[in-house]
Amino acid sequence: MRSSGSARWASVVPLAFVAVLVAWPVAMVLATGLGKGSLEVLTASSTWRILGYTFAQAAVSTALSLAIAIPVAYAVARLRLPLRRTLLAIITVPFILPTVVVGLAFRELLPFPGTTAAIIVAHVFFNVGLVVRVVSGLWEKVDPRYDDVGASLGLAPWTRFRRVTLPLIWPAILASSVLAFLFCFTSFGVVLVVGDPALPTIEVEIYQRAMQRLDLNGAATLALLQLLVVVAAVVVSSRLQRRLSIRQRLQSGEERRPVRGPLDVTAAVWAYVLAMLIVVPLVALLARSLRVGGSWGLEWYAQVLQPTDSTTRTVPLLQSVELSLRYAVIATLVAVGLGLLACIGIQAAQRRGTWVDAIVTLPLGVSAVTIGLGLLLGSLRGPVDLRGWWLLVPLGQALVAMPIVVRVVLPILRSFDPRMRDVAATLGASPVRAWIATEGAATAKAIGVAAALACAISLGEFGATAFLVRLDTPTIPVQVVRLLGRPGEANVGQAAALSVILVVITLVIVALGERLRPRRGGGW
Amino acid sequence: MVSGLHVEDLRIDYDGVTLLDHVDLSVAAGEVVALLGASGSGKSSLLRCIAGVQAPEHGRILWNDEDITRTRAHLRRIGLVFQDPLLFPHRDVAGNVSFGMEQRKVSVDERRARTRDLLELVGLSGFEQRDVATLSGGEAQRVALARALAPGPRLLLLDEPFGALDRDLRDRLAIDVRDLLHAQGIPAVHVTHDRTEADLVADRVVTLAELQGSA
Repeated sequence: MRSSGSARWASVVPLAFVAVLVAWPVAMVLATGLGKGSLEVLTASSTWRILGYTFAQAAVSTALSLAIAIPVAYAVARLRLPLRRTLLAIITVPFILPTVVVGLAFRELLPFPGTTAAIIVAHVFFNVGLVVRVVSGLWEKVDPRYDDVGASLGLAPWTRFRRVTLPLIWPAILASSVLAFLFCFTSFGVVLVVGDPALPTIEVEIYQRAMQRLDLNGAATLALLQLLVVVAAVVVSSRLQRRLSIRQRLQSGEERRPVRGPLDVTAAVWAYVLAMLIVVPLVALLARSLRVGGSWGLEWYAQVLQPTDSTTRTVPLLQSVELSLRYAVIATLVAVGLGLLACIGIQAAQRRGTWVDAIVTLPLGVSAVTIGLGLLLGSLRGPVDLRGWWLLVPLGQALVAMPIVVRVVLPILRSFDPRMRDVAATLGASPVRAWIATEGAATAKAIGVAAALACAISLGEFGATAFLVRLDTPTIPVQVVRLLGRPGEANVGQAAALSVILVVITLVIVALGERLRPRRGGGW
Repeated sequence: MVSGLHVEDLRIDYDGVTLLDHVDLSVAAGEVVALLGASGSGKSSLLRCIAGVQAPEHGRILWNDEDITRTRAHLRRIGLVFQDPLLFPHRDVAGNVSFGMEQRKVSVDERRARTRDLLELVGLSGFEQRDVATLSGGEAQRVALARALAPGPRLLLLDEPFGALDRDLRDRLAIDVRDLLHAQGIPAVHVTHDRTEADLVADRVVTLAELQGSA
């Protein structure tokens, strides 16, 4: 144990820094949202209609994601499936894809774009993998013999699932449902691209008020309302989680059995079908980017790669690729730096670290739009006028990405057995060498994984970026949305080509990061 | 008509390798048979096949001349107790014991009375409301036994039920289980690698080698 004095400093300084950066935009939203005119917004029937619609689409999307994901989670957790790892990897891909890109893919793929149904399909696409990952993660650690005990007590398979398995995996179902619900509730890019323009969700309404009607107060009031729903969802779920959590001994080794019986076959087939369905929108996007008029070609890519632009567009498309990459590098550095500070702080704060953990994770629920709006308000109303300052863009992206960094790195830091260092010391290693040999290497890997994810998030980030980016410096997702706002085949084609480029960059970065990930380990 | 359990010429594979072959085993009505064998020799797999939670590659399993080889586990009325108690953590002691009865349309009063009787039988009177996480290893295994007996199985399979307990407790429980099975008249197969325990519990002791010898 270190002395309590130095531990306190080690926790207070980084946490204060992180808290200020995270809390600042939220505080700006709070201060603005409670100003005059907020009552008018809160009493308007349209506000409650929008809130109700946002809630309903999120609830339906979450329920559908669960219904689709749970059989797959079963198959992945319990059955010996050929290509199981590949299957899991494919199912997880949507989680890291840029929302705008997925929106475009579904706009091109679905026969019913511009509807609530299209939003729901896209949301399910995003969240199925998350639910599968979280639920199967717990399921494979539940002793399979519980099911055998149920059978020997006379319970039919379906009854066993309801009365034995479900109570045991319930914490994971609840946790993943809350994450999925928050994602759908605060979703912005998808809704903007694929939704019904006459039916805005609360995020779209915030954006339109702030950026098109220049009603910053109204936007902030709505952001506040949204924040309340998010906080309520988190509080209710953590209450439920505490009440439903059961002390069960989880098995460390996972054993999977061969596929047997019609239920297993159905679940296994469903898992492969889902993996194939997940690839379909990406193929549709690729096809759209290669479809020029009635034939196939690379015309749109050629237009994207033109360094200068001869058309009416003000910003060459290639420039947004460069911009996106530059912002992503800065955002990654900031997110990893802040995330590490937060991790060190949470570790040093020990038991009190939980509330700090909560603050740091705040941006995950606060929604990118609120962060963007908060930073915008801060830049307008702070002591110095920072409006249009380019660094605000990567800063906003970094705040959106930081919770993921904490979620990836913290479990690794927590998993270290302090005795490892002692063992290294008894083998004659100096403290520094001991740290490098034991925790250093693993930490470095975790940071690599986290950096890759942070970079992917920054590249595809649209919610915060849309508020902060200047007209003449659009990132790829912003450029895609702008192109889609214009009529004509060329604009859609170029948007598709840009999207494919973004997907390829994102996948390469995440794949590089995943190569560092230890085969067994906690976190995301 | 032959009464009781008959296993005929059973073959069990694991990962494509034959674990057991030509297994024959008979358990008469009310008889307690101890099955001896080293760990990893396939005893558990044999029990799992009899219980129906695993399928044999070849052979037949009969109960009173009725072929139950393809009967699904929950319809066999064969109880199974593992080395780990595997009590349902989301239920208290009474909830665990009455679990199997809830599926058989037994009235609430009857369930409560039978749970009380069974807990008394295994020496845990008054444990109804206890959280299963607070039980000792021996107590938990007794609850598991009561839970397996509750729905009235026609055969009980015990897979090294005391393997995780210390010597003293193991001998005491072995005698308790023997008396209990005889009192209830339930036939049983008790798997163990411990000769003393086998002799204490069973009317008849067989080894895995003997079961496969007849072919």
